[in-house]
Amino acid sequence: MKFQDEYRDRGLVQGLAAAIADKARQLPEPVRLMEVCGTHTMAIAQFGLKSLLPEQVKLVSGPGCPVCVTPVSYIDHAIALSSLPDTVITTFGDLLRVPGSHSSLMVERAKGADIRIVYSALDAARLATELPEKQVIFLGVGFETTTPTVAAAILAAEQQRCNNFSVLTSHKTMPGPMQALSADPELKIRGYLCPAHVSTVIGSDAYLPLAEQFGIPCVVTGFEPADVLQGVLMLVRQCRTGQARVENQYSRAVTRQGNAKAQELIRNVFEPADAVWRGLGVLPGSGLVLRKSYAAFDAARRFLVELPDSSEPAGCRCGEVLTGRIAPADCPLFGTVCSPETPVGACMVSSEGSCAAAWRYGMQ
Amino acid sequence: MCLGVPMQVLEINDDMVLAEIDGVQREASLMMLGEPLVVGDYVIVHAGFAISRIDPAEAEETLRIMREIFQPEDMA
Repeated sequence: MKFQDEYRDRGLVQGLAAAIADKARQLPEPVRLMEVCGTHTMAIAQFGLKSLLPEQVKLVSGPGCPVCVTPVSYIDHAIALSSLPDTVITTFGDLLRVPGSHSSLMVERAKGADIRIVYSALDAARLATELPEKQVIFLGVGFETTTPTVAAAILAAEQQRCNNFSVLTSHKTMPGPMQALSADPELKIRGYLCPAHVSTVIGSDAYLPLAEQFGIPCVVTGFEPADVLQGVLMLVRQCRTGQARVENQYSRAVTRQGNAKAQELIRNVFEPADAVWRGLGVLPGSGLVLRKSYAAFDAARRFLVELPDSSEPAGCRCGEVLTGRIAPADCPLFGTVCSPETPVGACMVSSEGSCAAAWRYGMQ
Repeated sequence: MCLGVPMQVLEINDDMVLAEIDGVQREASLMMLGEPLVVGDYVIVHAGFAISRIDPAEAEETLRIMREIFQPEDMA
């Protein structure tokens, strides 16, 4: 496949790894670099990229997996909605097995709740027009790559006067959590591999405050092995020379300003709000909720359900994994009671979760 | 869920495209894309939407820079 195979070239990858090793020798001290994107986490594990890096360069995973950062209370809310009569819950597959406080959507489906996996939010809106006697609720979770797709589905439903479609939203934005982590001196993050596809929407300029206020180098980086290594090399170069700039390794898909049409879709339908992140707590202005003019599509406003007191699974350390404080294998549940077959925490469930990546590819 | 893949555009029908990767074909909406496309272009498809057109010139430039890293003066 063009635009994929050439960035997996063995010689290219080895050359980049050698260049990183060379530049890292001149670092005054070892550096911790954080990737903030589930697809980076998977690519780094899948291609064994950590094994190509010198000791002075350590890669840690941050809060880049949207399913993982979604709080337990959201899952509990979705489960409560699934118990309503004549209601169909539509969701991306990853959310199905995330444990709530007392159950999961998967368990509820086995007990008879109508919960269906969709590939796109548009499919959910289409289903609503096909099932006029049912209420179709879509579970809207994700960053700026997913939010415009949900906005588009809502606009499509509005255009078709479809009044049985709604969304339970838990949309979040970058780079809010990166700023929160940058302010934590304990974490000592010296550079960010900024998410690739989120950046196609928000643009590389979105990271300027991070570089300028916190003095942390930021490199928007693609997903192929050579992309990731080039991103690391660019960060190491900045660390070596004491710079903190925003660079764009993934210029074939990301511009400085981002995708204006996608930004407009978000702005038309959503507005900023505080959001709860697993592992980080409430971050001001880091979420998106439906504007009042779209309240009719807000499942949380339309359907009042009783919600349990939400609690994280006992012993689960997803919150620390998500903020780079511990590696998956440092969690006592990892590989013992928590595995992809019987996940305890969200990081083991999602195909982009750090624990799932560590389990599958045996890294870290 | 956040899986974006580069796909080649096979057909364009109004605000939808048919795109292909490794023999797998998918329809994708153009509602999120602000730039014009022609058949043969590559786009990144995420959750049923084309979210970005891949710029072939920038792709080539990135590869050129990567290959240049092999140059001895850089390794010094």
